[in-house]
Amino acid sequence: MSELQTYFKPEVKSLPFCPGCGHTTNLSHLDKAMKLINADPKRTVIVTDIGCVGLSDQYFDVHAFHGLHGRSITYATGIKLANPELNVIVLMGDGGCGIGGNHIVNAARRNVGITVMVFNNFNFGMTGGEHSVTTPFGGLTATTHSGNIEAPLDIIGLAQVCGAGYAARMTTFDKELPSIMAEAMTYKGFAILDIWEFCTAYYSPRNDMDKQSMIAISETHNLPFGILTNRTDRTEYTVALKNQEAKTLKSAPDLNQRFDQLLDQKIELVLSGGAGQKIKSTAAILGQAAILSGGFASQKDDYPITVKTGYSSAEVIISPENIDYTGMTAPNAALILSIEGYNKEKSKLVAMKAGSVIFMEESLPEFETEATVIRKPFEAIAKKIDRNSVALVGLGALLAKTKWLSRESVESAIGISQKAAYLEMSLKALKAGWELESQA
Amino acid sequence: MIQFIDGNEALVQGALKAGCNFFAGYPITPATPILLSMMTELPARGETAIQGEDEIASIGFCIGAAMTGKKALTATSGPGLSLYSENIGLAIMGEVPLVIVDVQRLGPATGSATKDASMDIQFVRWITSGGYPAIALAPSSVEDCYLLAIHAFNYAEKYRTPVFILSSKEIGQTRMRVDLDLLTTPAIIKRESASQSQNGKVKSVSFNNSSFQPICTVGGDELSRFTGSSHDEYGNLTKSPGMIEKLNEHLNTKINPEEVALWEYSGPDLPETLIISYGIVSRSVNQALKTGSYSGVGHLILKTLWPVPETILLKYLSSADTIIIPEMNNGQYALEIERLKRHDSTLISIQQVNSELLAPERITEALKEVSHV
Repeated sequence: MSELQTYFKPEVKSLPFCPGCGHTTNLSHLDKAMKLINADPKRTVIVTDIGCVGLSDQYFDVHAFHGLHGRSITYATGIKLANPELNVIVLMGDGGCGIGGNHIVNAARRNVGITVMVFNNFNFGMTGGEHSVTTPFGGLTATTHSGNIEAPLDIIGLAQVCGAGYAARMTTFDKELPSIMAEAMTYKGFAILDIWEFCTAYYSPRNDMDKQSMIAISETHNLPFGILTNRTDRTEYTVALKNQEAKTLKSAPDLNQRFDQLLDQKIELVLSGGAGQKIKSTAAILGQAAILSGGFASQKDDYPITVKTGYSSAEVIISPENIDYTGMTAPNAALILSIEGYNKEKSKLVAMKAGSVIFMEESLPEFETEATVIRKPFEAIAKKIDRNSVALVGLGALLAKTKWLSRESVESAIGISQKAAYLEMSLKALKAGWELESQA
Repeated sequence: MIQFIDGNEALVQGALKAGCNFFAGYPITPATPILLSMMTELPARGETAIQGEDEIASIGFCIGAAMTGKKALTATSGPGLSLYSENIGLAIMGEVPLVIVDVQRLGPATGSATKDASMDIQFVRWITSGGYPAIALAPSSVEDCYLLAIHAFNYAEKYRTPVFILSSKEIGQTRMRVDLDLLTTPAIIKRESASQSQNGKVKSVSFNNSSFQPICTVGGDELSRFTGSSHDEYGNLTKSPGMIEKLNEHLNTKINPEEVALWEYSGPDLPETLIISYGIVSRSVNQALKTGSYSGVGHLILKTLWPVPETILLKYLSSADTIIIPEMNNGQYALEIERLKRHDSTLISIQQVNSELLAPERITEALKEVSHV
């Protein structure tokens, strides 16, 4: 690519900022910096935030993206993730660092390869000179009439503790600013520049700002100038992402009918126990077995957010016909394996009608219901095989008694859904349950 | 192939079928499984999925990636959608193709995170400052999640706009038997990038609604200009009242409601009683109609909620003396029907917000009431 004379659009004769505003100088520095790295305009994106700085992108012959206040880093990150080859530059003000500070934190943590240039003039210039997160202590603004009482944000310090790869604080008057900007743009990782400048409309006149007072602010607030971080130990985010090993995709099992349909009615079943009792996976096995037998099924799980404790419930409907409504107030079958499950589903169990069946662990409390209750020592039987396979023992007994599904269909479903390590144990648990009821 | 999957899984399969190659999202019940699934599926295909620091960043990533040429998807629930709001305005103004899934849950604020409801219907319609039309599709089954994901990507591409999929907890997280191969899917609209410049300049957008032009890609060979401010067709900021009017007229009218109207109807051509449903409640209606014998009753299931599919609604509303609209909210869509129905007809709005599914019995009761009149 031949070297460009300027990255400003040919029709741009002047920039729109107030006389003496640092934005004008900064943009001319940026133009020089792009020349220094011989940036390809077609592979360069300027993303601007809101504020006077938001006017900047439109004067350059590069890709221009002007979004919402504080969110420029997120668009830039999305652009970089989508096309890591691009040189993505964010121009934002100190206002954007307040409303969008969270994105500085996280872009730095990720070390995503974008370059953030903060045009920091210590106040909101566009809306009338209100205080910002970088307004120094005592600073007079439209919203701090007696002087600012909030501590100014150390933008670079923040980026540093969050892991930024490259961080520098400069002033718009620094001769080396174009070369620092160039270095930041070529840095492979997250680079951020805090560039101090004058807001000649508001902050500077209100606070009698000159170059000396900038140095004073730097000293009193312990905000040093210079390249403060230039790390070589971090990998740029899109590179790190590419280096990560993708998880192998599991192919979904085909559940075409393989077994005879034994079911002649819709069964609404509630399966409930405690955390760790494989309620979810057993419910899935039941649904899959019904489908493998040419039927239909639905499964809805319910458990507290503290997943390792308390109840675990599943509502399963199996039917020879398509299922529309998946709600369940009075199921016609239940399998209850622990006290947590019993407490959770008691209202449903009590509501169950005559002709419906409840299989439950024999040690659980007695209660009034029209349903037929069959109590078995599921827990004791499971303990001999695998304590956690108690739901399969119960399911075996329930299906042996009701004959809704064939044992082969359930074994096939276990084969499809269980990991090889658990397969034998699961089949054993099912068998124990099945024999418990078929011998009875 | 017969599968035992839930709506969230089917939606992921549909999105991948549509060519989705970018995802960003933030964990939230009951939409998290979509995030988890995309974080596995996309990297395995050499594409990018990322968990953002919050919902604001997540949709921001999607907007940036979409304008760089990706078919982007994000998924959330009500509280996350609240945080998407400002960027949805940007996506409308900047004409960003983007698919946003809202797996709805009950209530404002945290509400009942694991309970079903359809309470974001009007929210997605009016989600941005300034207004402007949105496209919102509402699946009522696992199959719909797959199918509507493909339609959503197509509409997003065609109209260059965010498209909502209003799923819900019950649809998203209840596994059902499905055979997605049996569904008739639309042809996929592929992303085309603007490559021809005219007079050295390429239009960022066209304000001519009859000719949608390819997107000028960020980082492509033609320099792109994207802005959330009022702009001309080249993406230049404008203060000209004429140009601002042209832009806003374009945004307000660019979606052709007829072209995005998806629905299913069963019943007589001229129903005396019309049940209008959408989302999970459609299945309660199906169940109610299956278990009784009713004459003169039609059931219209809307799969497109916004823009309101007025032509099909007017067709069936014209003969209906009674309209029943069951909703798992406080009647959010009933008002849309109120303004379209014959003024001498009766509208029965069935509403339920109690964390339980709206039972078929409530439809049956309403139908009994009608036959007694």
